Order: sequence, then structure tokens, then C-alpha cells
Amino acid sequence: MAGKSAAAHHDHPTGLKRFLFSTNHKDIGSLYLIFALIGGLVGGLMSIGMRMELQEPGMQFFSNPQLFNTFTTAHGLIMVFFMIMPALFGGFGNWIVPLMIGAPDMAFPRLNNISFWLLPPALALLVISLFVPGPPGGYGVGGGWTIYAPLSTSGSPGPAMDFAILALHLAGASSILSAINFITTIFNMRAPGMTIHKMPLFVWSILITAFLLLLALPVLAGAITMLLTDRNFGTTFFDVTGGGDPVLFQHLFWFFGHPEVYIIVLPAFGLISHVISTFSRKPIFGYLGMAYAMAAIGAIGFVVWAHHMYTAGISLNTQAYFVAATMVIAVPTGIKIFSWIATMWGGSIQFRTPMVWAFGFIFLFTTGGVTGVVLANAGVDRAVHDTYYVVAHFHYTMSLGATFGLFAGWYYWFPKITGYMYSEFIGKLHFWLSFIGVNLIFFPQHFLGLAGMPRRYADYPDAFAGWNYVSSIGSYISGVAVLVFLYGVFMAFRRKEKAAGNPWGEGATTLEWTLSSPPPFHQFERLPRIK
Amino acid sequence: MANGFSGARIFAAFSALALFLSATPALAQLGQPRNWQLGFQEAVTPIARQIGEFHNFLLILITAVALFVLGLLIYVALRFNDRANPKPSKTTHHTLLEVAWTIIPILILAAISVPSFRLLFAQYDFPKADVTVKAIGNQWYWTYEYPDNGDLTFDAVILEDDELKPGQPRLLATDNDVVVPVNKNIHMLITASDVIHNWTIPAFGVKVDAVPGRIIRTWFRAEKTGVFYGQCSELCGQKHAFMPIAVRVVTDAEYASWLEKAKKEFASAPSGEDEMASENSSRLAELTR
Repeated sequence: MAGKSAAAHHDHPTGLKRFLFSTNHKDIGSLYLIFALIGGLVGGLMSIGMRMELQEPGMQFFSNPQLFNTFTTAHGLIMVFFMIMPALFGGFGNWIVPLMIGAPDMAFPRLNNISFWLLPPALALLVISLFVPGPPGGYGVGGGWTIYAPLSTSGSPGPAMDFAILALHLAGASSILSAINFITTIFNMRAPGMTIHKMPLFVWSILITAFLLLLALPVLAGAITMLLTDRNFGTTFFDVTGGGDPVLFQHLFWFFGHPEVYIIVLPAFGLISHVISTFSRKPIFGYLGMAYAMAAIGAIGFVVWAHHMYTAGISLNTQAYFVAATMVIAVPTGIKIFSWIATMWGGSIQFRTPMVWAFGFIFLFTTGGVTGVVLANAGVDRAVHDTYYVVAHFHYTMSLGATFGLFAGWYYWFPKITGYMYSEFIGKLHFWLSFIGVNLIFFPQHFLGLAGMPRRYADYPDAFAGWNYVSSIGSYISGVAVLVFLYGVFMAFRRKEKAAGNPWGEGATTLEWTLSSPPPFHQFERLPRIK
Repeated sequence: MANGFSGARIFAAFSALALFLSATPALAQLGQPRNWQLGFQEAVTPIARQIGEFHNFLLILITAVALFVLGLLIYVALRFNDRANPKPSKTTHHTLLEVAWTIIPILILAAISVPSFRLLFAQYDFPKADVTVKAIGNQWYWTYEYPDNGDLTFDAVILEDDELKPGQPRLLATDNDVVVPVNKNIHMLITASDVIHNWTIPAFGVKVDAVPGRIIRTWFRAEKTGVFYGQCSELCGQKHAFMPIAVRVVTDAEYASWLEKAKKEFASAPSGEDEMASENSSRLAELTR
């Protein structure tokens, strides 16, 4: 088998072999990005489906509310596990981290391969779950991405939930393996002279995210394994009739679930710093503060989980503690926001497409962040818990914040990854359509939430019609923005306008810009030295 | 690109206006939302009023913070773009500034925490109960018990569109309202028989998960009569959106006469109720299997 053809192709395999068996961090990064694109389109189409249903009171498009519930569930799970994480952590992490630290590849290239190839079967299992029986008389998993017991145990006896649980297990295993890979790579393979305090902030963000994944995902794995045995093998971890407790599942889920929202947004924090520094032509302001603010956010993120459970009957003192702990997160987050602005202050800002997305990111993340301060307070959360106010809050932070960060990174590294320039006009059109669209979707949802509209509703009282209509219009505008984005990618590949090794000029100082665009199949055969 | 940011500015003005409007009390019909509403439903309990006041305080703070950040963004975009400022500075540190943007948010959070904890502790400061009502969430209706009055119990099921009487809102009205006296301390005991539900009345400022196997307590003291609506607020399956909560607050005399009537009406429970009860107990049996 190991004949001369294998030896000849050792450096640069092609075709199916190149991608299916890939051990190259850049190819695996590209696979992650393509996978995330597919996940994003599926999840995005589902959200447009939901907004069509919610455009007017009454049931118009969905044959029954269970189908709507499966859409909200699948939209959440797909966007979290199969869009944002594969794009920011898997895609950009794989592509850029080795380049930024001056490493030839990841520490464990074969582990990297399995990390990616666990994801397609995970997504397949999740999609299959939509078509098999779930609750009595219905199909699919309609329990929300939080899959609270007992709705996910006795409330959903069909095999759909088992498919979803196995999908989460595979996706979780994938993330744990790649977290191990990133931690090892970043600790051991930095170029000579690159001390931990000289490491680019994106690498910092991936390192911290990897630790969060490593600590949080096993807890999720435990929780959903207990669900699985409750469902199939007669255990009663979450069943009161056997001495179990449904609220225990919520504690376990949110011990994973809250760090998860930082897993989603931290890589965006990291890359935004580079975009802002590059296009302000200024070094990052308060580098150490920025790095340790991310570490602090990651650490505090593990001790605030029950702020998702203020109405679940947890004791007064427990609530008081989680109020205090949760509000503390605003401090490091504020440090980041102000340091980004301080980086721009005194700079010479070029409004290239990535920078415009970075501006959008800061504004949207701040808007979502301040409503987080409202929700942190158990007293007032009691009024808006499980309403559209919460939907607006977490979309502004972890979906709009993370997605605008994602697109800032996309346009920033697109020339590096593909070797082609994108169109500035299309990139900015994409931005403005998205910015207007998402604000129209989510800003009115604050009003709906305050007025009392519960989330995860397929139909709503007529008094909520007005803002829901506006929200749906915004969703269609965002849909058009996605088409503009796809057209821009298509045109960039068609026009084939060659990108320079460093298309951004003196502001771009990290190591990936010292290489050609795209970089050679194997880079840094002689390690760079950092002063 | 300078012209591009005028869009952001218009949006900012819009959002500021919207936030301001939502801080003004709603001129709503009592106990239910109204179209294009921006803020909370009108409060009818002391706790709901306190929530509204605290939220208004927070709203001013967070709007100021968001506008401050937006203002800074617009300022740097105009003042430090490459045409206005072709030569970038190399400043990367300013200790005083960094200390300031760490300390000031801490002070703001400390200021928030005082009314926050006052509200939280007030919500758990249970006054002596005048009336106790138990609410049991089922897929997908509520069962109410009045333990002070023997075995008085009834189900509250959503009214279908063709059953609505004029003035009853769609998806909010039920066949049997929970009836409680005005200006009395009502203790609610909340639980569920199958999956987790959530009992809430926005105008009262109460929201409690109904967890099978647990009884969670809350209280309210409604100061106005009328019918107040809420909706199940924890995803509970197929008909999650179709198990509303309706509380009718009445005078003491009306409450007394309702009790008399209800004891008779629900004692000789119509067969429909029995059917539901047996369906419910068979589901419980399934759970305990």
C-alpha cells in the first residue's frame, strides 16, 4: 500500500484523499468553514420559516405547533453547534492559529481530522431526528435547545430525542478533541520568542475557548447520558417518582450552557481586536488587559449558570448570589468594549469591509450586553424570563455579536484563505442589509417581551401582531443580505482578483500576513523568530 | 464612509425614542397586552409596581451606556478616519483611563444592586395568606384547587376561537377563571403533573415554574378588580401556546358568592372534568411505571 505513489503524494494529496483524509490544518479549516456555511443556511432558512409563521396571529404555514417547536429547537442547535462553533472555533481557529503562532500545523493532525469528520454525522443525526416520532402524535424534537426534562424524557417518548442526544454527543466529542488539540498546539508550538504575553489576541481567545469547551462539554455529555438512560434504561435521575429531580437537569445543562455562550462569542472578541488594530493602523490598546479580560469572562462564566433558572424555584439566597456573580461579568466586558474604542482613538481608520463589520459588532454586542445587565437581576428577570425580551437579548449578543464578528473575520481573512479579493461594494452592501435587517428583527422583540409575549410560541394573542410583523419584515431583509453574501463569495471566486500576501498594509502585523495568499500547503518550514 | 454612519445615527435616535416611550406607563386595557405596546403591562400589585420602577431605573442607565458607546463609535469614525487623521498615534496604554473604565462600571453595578436586592427580597417577603390557591400545570390546561375550601377544584381550559364571548381575547381567555378577592394576600402553590409549565400573570409581576414533584410558592396582592391574563411560560410541548392563565379579581362580596356557587358547580363535576382527571391520572401512572 505504501508504494511510491503514496510517497510521491505525501506532500500534497489531491481530490477526495486530500479532504477526506486531510491532516492539514488549512484544509480542515476550509472544511469547517464550508460545513458552517451549510449549517448556517439550513438554520437561517428555519428562522425565516418561523418568522413567516409569526408574521401574523394564527397558524398559517405550519401544519401544527409541534412542527414549529421542532424548528425553534433545530434552529438553536444548528446555529450553535453546526454554524457558529464550526466557523469561529473550528474554521478560523484551524486556519489562523498555526499561522499566527508560526507553527507548521496543529499538534495532532489526525485528531484534527476526526474532530471535523465527527460533525457531519452529528448534523445528519439531528436532521434525521426531524423525521422520526417524538412526542405522542408528533415528529421531531420540540423541546427547545435546552431539552429540559421531563419534556425530553416522558414528554417525548419517540426516538427523535435519542437521535438528538446522540447528535449532541458526537458534536461534543468533536469539540472536546479539537479543544485538546488547540491547547496542546498553543502551549507547545509557538514560534521561538513568542511568549504567552506576546501571543496574538485571537490565539488567546481560542486558547480560553478551548479550556471552556474542555471543562463544560463533559458536563453536557454527562447530563444527556443521564437523559438517555432515563429514557431507555429505567433510571430516574430527572424523574421525581424515582427520587430524581427535573431541576437537576437544568443545573447540569446550564453549567455547560452558560460557558457555551462565551465559547460562541470569545473567538469573535479575539478576531475583532485584530480587525480594529489593522484598520486603525495602531497597535491594540491595553493588550494585557484585553487578554486577561477574556480569561476573566471565561472564568466567571462558570459560576453564573443559575441566572437562567430564577423562576425554577431555587432559593432566595441562591438567587441573590447568582445576581451578584452575573453582574460582575459586565466589568471585563466593559474593559473590552472601551479598549477597542481606545484602539481606534487616535488611529487612522480605513473603512474597509471587515472594519465596518467590527463597528457593527461593537454596537450590537453593547446593545445586547446592557440588556444582559437587566436580566441579571432576578427581581426584574421574573417579569421578562422566557419572553421575547430574552430572545432579543441573546440574539444581540451571541448571535448578532458572534455573527458580525464572524463576518468581520470572514472578510478580513478571505484574501488570505482563498488568495482572492472580495468586492468592497458587495461586502458593504451585505453589511448594511444585515445591520438594518437584524435590528428590525430583534429590537422590537424587546417591546414584545416587556409586554409579556412568551417565547417558543407558534401563535400569539392578537395584541402582539404589530411588532411581530416588523420583526418578520426584518427577517426577510436579513435573508436578502445572505443572498448578497453568497453572490459576493461566488463573484470573488469568479473574478479571481489576486490578493497580495498582506492586502491591508502596515496595520496588519500578525504572522499570517508575512506569508503568501493563500499560504503554501506547508508553511514555516523554518520557524520565524519573534523579537 | 462618513455618510454611511448617518444610518446608524438615525437608528440610534429611533431606539432612544423607543426606549424613552417604553419608560412611560402604558395606557393599556388592564390585564392584557395591547398592540404596539412598548413597556410593561400596567402593574396592579405592589411587587409589579416595584419591578416597573426598578426597570425604569435600569432602562435609563442602559440607554445612557449604549448611547455613550454609540457616541464614541461615531466620534472616532468621524474624527479618526484616515482622511481626518492620516497619521495614527502609537498610544497603547493609559493607566488612569484603564482604571477608570474598570472602577466606574463597578460603581454603576453597585448602584444597581441596592434596588435589585431590595426588590428580590420583597418578592420573597411573604405576608400572611388570606387565600391560598394551588395551580397544577397539565399538558395543556391548568387545574386549580382552593385548599381553604375543602375539595373545591376545577380545570381551566383555553377557549377555542368559536367559544369566545365578545371582549374575550383570543388565546388568553379560559373556560373557568381563577377567582380571588381584591386587596387580599393570595398565596399561590404551583406544581405540575407531567412536564414543567410556568404560571405567570404579567400585571402581577409573578412568574413561577410548575415543576412536577415540587411545590413552589409565590404571592400577590391585586389592588384592582378585573380579569388578568397570562400564558404558560415554560416550553411544555405541542400546545404550549394554548394553555393560558386567567385570574378574575373581584370584591369580597363577589368572591363569597362565587365560592358558594363554585362549591356546588364543581362538586357535581360534569363528566368532561372526570374524563380529564382520569386521562391525567393515567398519564401519571405512565410516568410512575
